[in-house]
Amino acid sequence: MDRATVTLTAATPRTARRRPLLLRPAAKVVLFVLCLLPFAWLVRGAVLSALGENVLGANPAETLIRATGDWTLRFLCITLALTPLRQLTGTPALARFRRMLGLFTFFYGCVHFLCYSWLDMGLVLDDILHDIAKRPFILVGTSALLLMSPLAATSFNRAIKTLGPARWQALHRAIYAVVLLALLHFFWMRSAKSNYAEVAVYAAVVASLLGWRVVTRARAARRAAA
Amino acid sequence: MHFLRDQGFDHAHPSEITPRAAYERRRELLKLLGTGVAGAALAGWAARDARAQAARPGKLAALPGLRSTVSGAATMEKATAYGDAATYNNFYEFGTDKGDPAQNAHTLKTRPWTVAIEGEVKKPKVYDIDELLKLAPMEERIYRLRCVEGWSMVIPWVGYSLAELIRKVEPTGNAKYVEFVTLADPKTMPYVGGSRVLDWPYVEGLRLDEAMHPLTLLAFGMYGEVLPNQNGAPVRAVVPWKYGFKSGKSIVKIRFTDKQPTTSWVKSAAQEYGFYSNVNPEVDHPRWSQATERRIGEDGLFAKKRPTLIFNGYGPQVAALYAGMDLKKNF
Repeated sequence: MDRATVTLTAATPRTARRRPLLLRPAAKVVLFVLCLLPFAWLVRGAVLSALGENVLGANPAETLIRATGDWTLRFLCITLALTPLRQLTGTPALARFRRMLGLFTFFYGCVHFLCYSWLDMGLVLDDILHDIAKRPFILVGTSALLLMSPLAATSFNRAIKTLGPARWQALHRAIYAVVLLALLHFFWMRSAKSNYAEVAVYAAVVASLLGWRVVTRARAARRAAA
Repeated sequence: MHFLRDQGFDHAHPSEITPRAAYERRRELLKLLGTGVAGAALAGWAARDARAQAARPGKLAALPGLRSTVSGAATMEKATAYGDAATYNNFYEFGTDKGDPAQNAHTLKTRPWTVAIEGEVKKPKVYDIDELLKLAPMEERIYRLRCVEGWSMVIPWVGYSLAELIRKVEPTGNAKYVEFVTLADPKTMPYVGGSRVLDWPYVEGLRLDEAMHPLTLLAFGMYGEVLPNQNGAPVRAVVPWKYGFKSGKSIVKIRFTDKQPTTSWVKSAAQEYGFYSNVNPEVDHPRWSQATERRIGEDGLFAKKRPTLIFNGYGPQVAALYAGMDLKKNF
């Protein structure tokens, strides 16, 4: 848990009833349910599709693969937006949700990969390997997912202790590489039709989230030097 | 130890299996022949495809067609739902998402409409669409459609063999190829001018013998009605043994040339799309396999994709056009 959160909680021991909404245990439950909503909606679509109802359009497999990819990108952006949002709005409590959002990003990435390898490739390993060799953008997406797995695997508290906070944080900076790979994956996929409108939106969001970090770090360095 | 491994049952190819309904009817027919009352029954049996005609969706003006007698023109496979065929389209002039054409193509004006026949013909002419509609009897052709992207449909088209029109305009001895030029109107087509996804107008082409093949269709309708705008109204080509993009939509000009036309996709990515673009499971697209396909609305979400057939299953009718040609080189 973040130092700021600890201070805040400690400062208001008697007024648990008036604890800010974001610090209540229920806040995490609410967020968890919210994060599951897109997945629930897609499962509903898949079930209805399998029963022969046309809720996911003419090509349900394609719809599911694309939707899970979209949601992975969205969760990546939300996760990366947490720190800037926390600092800009002075809401340290937001740090409580970082791990859950990061893990949901990984979850949607895994579901995306599962949809691709199952619905498109029929879970035939040979076909998947051939396809990855033929389509570099899939290799890029797969790399992003692989790169995310050590982050997910070291998300629990003991891992921070075992690795040491400095090393843990260094490892978790890999998320910046993940988001760039994810963007490249999306850009490459859309390049077949030169359809970059959505790619540009995500690129702008990611650029501002990463740009904010660069600027604040540069400022901090200048202050330290002065 | 390969001799211990189960070699498995050597399955017949699905296309080689006679549909149960067909062989059962054959047996009935043989019985009837034996009892000498076949005459009336024979007519009914011959008309079985006409009776199997897809129900009209009731959205647009009716355009009925007679059952075609052209070989291969009526697959027994189940037709794709009209709703899927009319909402899942590649028609980049109206947008690159599959759903875009159905959303945006309402702006297309299909009347007045003319098709100019130009180039190496003895009788060049600008045909009005109503004249083209009356040029030959309308036939229903139930064709498989295989998209280069790896999905397929079965669509009951309405039209007549392009050869009917070609014969009327009398190609000269110099005519070796046919070029199809499609509409490019920035006023009604949002991606024309607005997007550089392809060079407009969209141009496709065939060798003259391919264009003359009876299966090559000049289509005006589908599912017993005139074509929806997003499917290429008011007139389009349908070449069932080639990937779907070879079948130009909303055609405004047909040119006969002595040189192979530079088609839009070849111009855009020659290493990925060839002039012939015959459906071929053994020739992969550089970026994906063409060995299998997903039949829209038919194969379940978790079903394995079905094998793609050489010439999209029209080999018996069209393979002779390519005798002696290296299909890997001429992809």
